[in-house]
Amino acid sequence: MSTSLATLIADIDRADSPERLIAAVQALAAARLEGGIPTLIRALGFNNPGAAVTAVKGLVQMGEAAVMPLLTLLDDYNYGARAYAIRALAAIADPRALDVLLSAAEADFAPSVRRAATKGVGQLLWLKLADSERAIAQSRTYDTLVRILDDADWSIRYAAIAGLQALGQSTPDLQPQILETLRTLADSDIAVQARVQWAIATLQSPQPVPNSFPGSQTPIPNP
Amino acid sequence: MLDGTSETQFEESTAVSEATGAEALTVEQAIANLSHPDTSLRYYAAWWLGKFRVSDPAAVDALIAALRDESDRTELGGYPLRRNAARALGKLGDCRAVPGLMECLGCEDFYVRESAAQSLGMLGDASCVPALLGLLAGGVAAAIKVPGRPHLAQPYEAILEALGALGAVEAVEVIRPFVEHPLQRVQYSAVRALYQLTEDAAYGDRLVAALQSDDINLRRVALSDLGAVGYLPAAEAIATAATENSFKLFSLKGLLERAMRQSPHSLSADAVKVMTLMDEML
Repeated sequence: MSTSLATLIADIDRADSPERLIAAVQALAAARLEGGIPTLIRALGFNNPGAAVTAVKGLVQMGEAAVMPLLTLLDDYNYGARAYAIRALAAIADPRALDVLLSAAEADFAPSVRRAATKGVGQLLWLKLADSERAIAQSRTYDTLVRILDDADWSIRYAAIAGLQALGQSTPDLQPQILETLRTLADSDIAVQARVQWAIATLQSPQPVPNSFPGSQTPIPNP
Repeated sequence: MLDGTSETQFEESTAVSEATGAEALTVEQAIANLSHPDTSLRYYAAWWLGKFRVSDPAAVDALIAALRDESDRTELGGYPLRRNAARALGKLGDCRAVPGLMECLGCEDFYVRESAAQSLGMLGDASCVPALLGLLAGGVAAAIKVPGRPHLAQPYEAILEALGALGAVEAVEVIRPFVEHPLQRVQYSAVRALYQLTEDAAYGDRLVAALQSDDINLRRVALSDLGAVGYLPAAEAIATAATENSFKLFSLKGLLERAMRQSPHSLSADAVKVMTLMDEML
């Protein structure tokens, strides 16, 4: 295995065109080797969107194993790479990423990153936390999402409602509070209002909303 | 819109960072700055009033006055302050600006005419329709590039889109030939207006087909057009288009708004379907 890992990494470093680079990152991702994780993270910073998206997919497939490397190798200086890392962490949904996702949700300067983090933080896999930490983490997430409801950007507020809905679905203890917040929310934007209505309907019905159509692929962890 | 697509789509997203990063103004300062001796401060103040939608009557009056500014000129004879004032007035929703904007349709500066046409389309006062139609005189044959300049004789995209937004059904036959204009962006604007004026799905489907264009900028324009008209059958095609998620999210928002207007008192299946797709774009 180690020879093939070394070869796969060497192929990435040898790639002399954007297409070959994407293919090499793809090959490393497909091998699903833990030893390849740092190189996949490095690929987030190659300034090649195709390679970065491929690497994000590979990291998400690695799941939990990729979380600590992503957190420790998070690039504070390369904004592009950081955005992809945040997206990967949001998709893996491991609660060890909580602090990083909360600060990205509140303060990243790229709206696309804020949206991904804001939605993602609501659907973390809370059961992976120790009992003693869980309620605190969930309540911090709630507080942050509620603050984000005041954002000037409709799309960020929209993401916060998606995040609150997911949090309500995964956290029965917070559901009454979240429903109350949503019911009393007066948003000026018609799209945000619609999302609020949908979130309320979803949280109120144990079954999928009558109108929701099959084929929706928004995975919402509901332990 | 000529080059307004990305600007308008990302404008709202960046409102906060720009507000804190750029010079902070108060409403009073911004209005006062519209007559500041420093033309760059005037230019900035006009942009700022539009950006933050300061619909204070005093701001509107000052911007209307700025539509006749003679002091701020570019090397090529353009009127930067008039352009910004015209753009801002479209966002403030005060129809007192309509006569001044109609006058701007005769300005020698192409970009003033373009901004005025865009804003007239936003204000929703159909009294400007004959003036807009006047700029289409000569039809497609006259809609050619101005030698040495990066634009056509008139801001056709803005004019066509404004006619569509204003519900100018009397303009349909004048608009129709522009569907065959040599420039695809002009074609899309005509198609978009014709969809709004006729609700003929053939026009909506033509915009959907444009999502397959080889040119990413044209795909973005098509996304913006589909969002502007709220063409609900386009939802999946928008969600799978080969562009950035933010463009798709903003386009889908237009569809959601249309679905909510059609069924204001309950969530329709269309609305839920569009929101499901939007969630995936976050």
